[in-house]
Amino acid sequence: MQDQGTRVKVEEVSCAAGSPITVLRFTGDITSASQTVVTGTYEGLPETVKRIILDFSKVEYLNSSGIALIIQMMIAASKKDQKIVTFGLTPHFQKVFTMVGITKYTSLHPDEKAACAAFV
Amino acid sequence: MSELNANSIELRLPSKLGYEKVAMNTAASVAKLMGFAEDRVEDLKTAVAEACINAMEHGNKMDDSLSVGVILSIVADSLEVKVTDTGDGPKHAQAAPDIDKKMHGEEDPRGMGMFLIQALVDEAEWVSSPPQGSYARMVIHLHRNA
Repeated sequence: MQDQGTRVKVEEVSCAAGSPITVLRFTGDITSASQTVVTGTYEGLPETVKRIILDFSKVEYLNSSGIALIIQMMIAASKKDQKIVTFGLTPHFQKVFTMVGITKYTSLHPDEKAACAAFV
Repeated sequence: MSELNANSIELRLPSKLGYEKVAMNTAASVAKLMGFAEDRVEDLKTAVAEACINAMEHGNKMDDSLSVGVILSIVADSLEVKVTDTGDGPKHAQAAPDIDKKMHGEEDPRGMGMFLIQALVDEAEWVSSPPQGSYARMVIHLHRNA
């Protein structure tokens, strides 16, 4: 069965004071099959990037293996002194992220404006 | 394992990642027909998907010649989902994930499936029944105090 695949678009936005914020916009499914795309995209970011927003608003399907990839990204980010915030998760996955404790290491926001404001 | 009856639906899935979405979407359709609220349907979808993934990965060891069985049974105001595989079943309950340990490399970032299943449905159990295999059984109730 073909899944929806994972696509990640990298954008820079200037919605808050200071240097631009890097946004990773995910589309499709985030599962174990997404590792190359998710990890590769993150590792391709310049070392100068310190502020990252994860946009889940177009994610169709997310499972525990996909959540593990997000955790791995956060582990790497913590070693690089990067801050990650997220927006666009459905209420269900906001609950799941809270259940597994990810909210201790990132904040969840309803939209991009609120996510940007978290960096101020 | 309960017998199939007129209020049951059975699926057989290949042990290939991605096919868990067939079971997930079927369970969601049945739950919606029964009148479950949207948030409970989402809980069930995640629980069923995780149970199928566990069955494929740990039960059937990703052998695509082995299938994962999914039986959905409507029992009064409850929906029971059994996910069967050919493995021995989990040897012990999965502890709740410790995000601090994961962040510090002391715990595998993966391994959250059983925890999520237990947290999202009203009843969850794993039954080993060799030589046939094992199954995960999940139930959600229309009324939480059922």
